[in-house]
Amino acid sequence: MAKAELPQALTANRLGDGEVVYRTPAGAWSARFAEAAVFGTKADAEKALADAEADVAARRVVAVYLFDVVPGPNGPSPRETREVIRAKGPTVRLDLGKQAGNSAEHGARAS
Amino acid sequence: MYRYDEFDRTLVKERVAQFRGQVARRVAGELTEDEFRPLRLMNGLYLQLHAYMLRVAVPYGTLSSRQMRMLAHIARTYDKGYGHFTTRQNIQYNWPRLGEVPDILDDLASVEMHAIQTSGNCIRNVTSDQYAGAIAEEIEDPRPWAELIRQWSTFHPEFSYLPRKFKIAVTGSPHDRAAVKVHDIGLDLVKSEAGEIGFRVHVGGGQGRTPMIAMTIREFLPKAELLAYLEAVMRTYNRLGRRDNLFKARIKILVHETGQEKFRAMVDEEYALMQGESPIEVPPEEVARIVAYFAPPAFERLPDADPATDRLAAEDRDFAAWLRRNVKAHRAPGYAIVDISLKPIGGVPGDATADQMDLVADLAETLSFDELRVTHEQNLVLPHVRKRDLPELWRRLKAAGLATPNMGLASDIIACPGLDYCNLANARSIPIAQKLSERLADQALQEDLGELKIKISGCINACGHHHVGHIGILGVDRKGTEYYQISLGGSADENTSLGEILGPSFTEDDAVEVVDKILGLYRELRENGESFLQCYRRVGARPFKERIYGAH
Repeated sequence: MAKAELPQALTANRLGDGEVVYRTPAGAWSARFAEAAVFGTKADAEKALADAEADVAARRVVAVYLFDVVPGPNGPSPRETREVIRAKGPTVRLDLGKQAGNSAEHGARAS
Repeated sequence: MYRYDEFDRTLVKERVAQFRGQVARRVAGELTEDEFRPLRLMNGLYLQLHAYMLRVAVPYGTLSSRQMRMLAHIARTYDKGYGHFTTRQNIQYNWPRLGEVPDILDDLASVEMHAIQTSGNCIRNVTSDQYAGAIAEEIEDPRPWAELIRQWSTFHPEFSYLPRKFKIAVTGSPHDRAAVKVHDIGLDLVKSEAGEIGFRVHVGGGQGRTPMIAMTIREFLPKAELLAYLEAVMRTYNRLGRRDNLFKARIKILVHETGQEKFRAMVDEEYALMQGESPIEVPPEEVARIVAYFAPPAFERLPDADPATDRLAAEDRDFAAWLRRNVKAHRAPGYAIVDISLKPIGGVPGDATADQMDLVADLAETLSFDELRVTHEQNLVLPHVRKRDLPELWRRLKAAGLATPNMGLASDIIACPGLDYCNLANARSIPIAQKLSERLADQALQEDLGELKIKISGCINACGHHHVGHIGILGVDRKGTEYYQISLGGSADENTSLGEILGPSFTEDDAVEVVDKILGLYRELRENGESFLQCYRRVGARPFKERIYGAH
């Protein structure tokens, strides 16, 4: 059975701290999924992926890849549980990760 | 405990300096990620779902209070205030920043610790019995031998690029708490009929995608031959292991495809060849030097019973339950082994906060000869506690949420980090552990169910040891939804067995119900105080399959 093609977003981890980031429509990287560009066609998605290689070379990000998103009434959301968890944080520690906002940050050494 | 000598110290310090340089070159663009990845992995640094993850080795699960305090300091200073103790007796930090990892490694080196060989296709941290040197039944303390293997295998040039990772476990007790038969090499210290102590050698066990129980290739290996014989096994594997196929590259595949007799003969042939070269011989004085570090502490001569402890046990049900479940008999009169549960009801198995780590360090320093242990079941142990100190110890542990009296019971669940943290996972492990723990929380129920090992993995790699759980749970991904496959009858002790898959998988909520039904059926079927595992081995899978799937 042929799978219907879903829109995609582009994600990576920041080199310095591993933080999950998303490619924005302006070609920058945001730590918020809500700011991610959503690519409606395979061609657009592949082009964004190719463009992002420049940021890998520039040591901004690592582990770049595309993932499926599902349109919804409150905007798109990641299709797979894995990407939902990356976009929010561990489901067993709501005080950690993006879902915690900036309140639960690193220890004494963190700026 | 073992203390680093000049070689150890220099080696670890040089490695930290080297990694600091590698990180700097990565950040400066002199190394690509493809070039850097193997270098960071050699230092235990992974990239996981949300951040980097640093895996720190705890050799054979033994720590001093000073080391535990440093682990707390690292959690507090560089991470988010906690760490996760793993089924390899290690600790993992889930949120370190790349640029700070060399500082963390420097801090670790200052207390004789590191993250070397906690990843990659090399010999990993050697694991052992958490009650080593304390339990009465022990034939001999396995830790000096684990330490000898650690020294031999650290940076061993011939075994730095094996076909696949390699895990060795050593135990010195007839009752196996180190799961030796599901390791690449498992070693039991045994006594021969002549009264000599040596090793029984098991090779080719493992979990993961293709679980296998190790085959015994040597019934009695004299201690003096340990490293030479291990080297012969490693050479045989290094030469013949399947480098062409990642899924067939572990030694278990080689051993089981070759067959026990033939593999044994191949090792013997290699061993004979080595005798003609320059066999590794560890000088007896070097062995004696290492053994001396593990000499028993200066136990006081004490009466075995402590009246005040017994009185409190008679008066306080909670204390009595804790004594029953979390305190084990020690070899020295008047002393006890204390398990510290990292499985609070509804908690994350194996997680400890920096404050809890500091407390445990204080307790080890003042009440347990400065020693503590990490277990492969993701708990901690104070190995040498005076019985008269038990009431105070219990109160302090209880106040910190560390006295859940559930060791070996239904809520003492092993769970890997799963999809909440891990890049390889297909499903979450921790939430189902939490739900089961809450469902089975009642102390009377748990004690009625008796010894029960529930083990949960979020993917086929089986870090959560589901193949050897009395009840094993494996998370799988079905079209983007998490499902859980249940297996029954596994065990990782001296009667190791692999669990049998019950049938089609369940959603998370259904899986919790199914475990509840399985336990209900066990209570109906058990005879004469049989444990779950004994009962399952007697009746087999059929009644459980009928109960679970009959109604579907």
